[in-house]
Amino acid sequence: MPTLSSGNVPPSVAGVDRDLDMSAHPAAIEARHLDFYYGEHQVLFDVSLTVPERSVTALIGPSGCGKSTFLRTMNRMNDLIEGSRCQGEILVEGQNIMDPAVDVVLLRKHVGMVFQKSTPFPKSIFDNVAYGPRVAGEKNRAVLADLVESCLRKAALWEEVKDRLTTSAMSLSGGQQQRLCIARTLATDPRIILMDEPASALDPASTDRIENLIGELCANYTIVIVTHNMQQASRVSHQTAFFYKGKLIESGPTMKIFTHPSEKKTEDYITGRFG
Amino acid sequence: MTMGKLPAWAVQRVSRRHEKLIQTALFLCAALSVLTTAAIILVLLGNAVYAPGARNAFFEQVSLWEFLTGTHWKPVDGPAGRFGIIPLLSGTIMVAVIASLVSVPAGLGAAIYMSEYAAPREREFLKPVLEILAGIPSVVYGFFALKFITPWILKPALGFLGLELGTFNALSAGIVVGIMVTPLIASLSEDVIRSVPRSLREAAYALGSTRFDVSVRVVVPAALSGILAAFLLAFSRAIGETMAVVIAGGQQPIATLNPLRGAQTMTSFMVHASTGDSAADSISRMSIYAIGIALFAITLTINLISGWILRRYREVYQ
Repeated sequence: MPTLSSGNVPPSVAGVDRDLDMSAHPAAIEARHLDFYYGEHQVLFDVSLTVPERSVTALIGPSGCGKSTFLRTMNRMNDLIEGSRCQGEILVEGQNIMDPAVDVVLLRKHVGMVFQKSTPFPKSIFDNVAYGPRVAGEKNRAVLADLVESCLRKAALWEEVKDRLTTSAMSLSGGQQQRLCIARTLATDPRIILMDEPASALDPASTDRIENLIGELCANYTIVIVTHNMQQASRVSHQTAFFYKGKLIESGPTMKIFTHPSEKKTEDYITGRFG
Repeated sequence: MTMGKLPAWAVQRVSRRHEKLIQTALFLCAALSVLTTAAIILVLLGNAVYAPGARNAFFEQVSLWEFLTGTHWKPVDGPAGRFGIIPLLSGTIMVAVIASLVSVPAGLGAAIYMSEYAAPREREFLKPVLEILAGIPSVVYGFFALKFITPWILKPALGFLGLELGTFNALSAGIVVGIMVTPLIASLSEDVIRSVPRSLREAAYALGSTRFDVSVRVVVPAALSGILAAFLLAFSRAIGETMAVVIAGGQQPIATLNPLRGAQTMTSFMVHASTGDSAADSISRMSIYAIGIALFAITLTINLISGWILRRYREVYQ
């Protein structure tokens, strides 16, 4: 049974300084007393969490604890689910996104999302990355080409695909597809990126690349990542929030959660007593 | 080889002869459609290409070249008879193309609406209504075209533009055939559209897509092979449609692409000629089989192409 000591916490990836004082960072997202229901079934109970700007927040917890649902409230992805209902407030840069006046299409450009399963469209690599700008109305081929290149570079994919931008995205490997999806998300120029277990379907080498990418991106973007892998959470995040049965049990700086959690439940989960 | 005495559980007590019977009966059911197809081809070939006995088959009297390139269709016995398929082909294609112009947008639009826009309750209502539309007999559609679409919609509209429309015309026939095959396109397209994985839609929404963006830029392209196959099946169905074009389209075999006048399609010629009083072995009667073969070849080709598209271009999602 692993014990709680800083020696057991793996080193962070480059770009993630876990000692960073985040009190200086303004809040990118603030959830306030969030309750969420699928039909009559309540899956989130009074969740309040602040995500600081330009940092990585990891959401951990056992399957079915509500961490993915919580993530999906931040870009109102749950709107697509028939019979879902949300109470409370989620402020994105101070604006309550539950306000009916908020345009959900613009919200999702501002708050991007990367999914567990890579979801390239059955189009060329170029057209995948250019998708977001195109639906936003960009038609200039040169502008799109520049944007595609810079996003593929940011997603550390450019060198691998620069000679075959017109081939189908389906021909890429799983890890490449996931980086393509990240590039595609970056192309909508989001400020916040939500990642729902982005590496759980990937091999260790591809997982490494995604984690390093998170380290690079968090200098400019706010990232919230759901992960089953606690090692991953400790490697890539500044802040960790532990969910259990729809409740946020505790949240805090990643090093504190992984070495001195305040709650017994958190300690049990982190040391592998359940989950 | 029996090894000693079998234990009680392994010995068959009840006769299973009925199992064999059931298997045979089911095989016959399956064989029926194959046999029917074979018989139809035999009858067509036996009258059109080579007739046993004293009779002369159609292509023993008219060359294939004349049949395929002739621009006059005058199916009478004796020296005045002209057997060029072009007038019937032009009528058929014209009706089928008009039908596609109606049914492709309407059917695809309905499919997109049902799968991407409609609430579940709406869809539960719309699907059966489309099936009712598909269940109306084609003779009813024919009269609907002749007695309603032509006099009450097309005539006033075209008259307004200064165009003259015949009582029997390819336009109304094409429109009504288009309405008939719309449910086919809608239903087949909706099936393939709904099989596009949900994850693809979510990804598109997460990139700031509207419902329309998701439908047109992601879902339809992802389902394109199935949608094209549906279009082709509907086109082939429109080519083979008979009663509606007999009633609304008229019986004038003229090589024209003007939809405002009457036209004779391949199918309506077959109906027309088979009700005539010429002798069974006369060439005018034999020409029915030649047209039948041509029709069969066209629809078979289209159906094969549609199947090929479906297999060749299907996107595989893990």
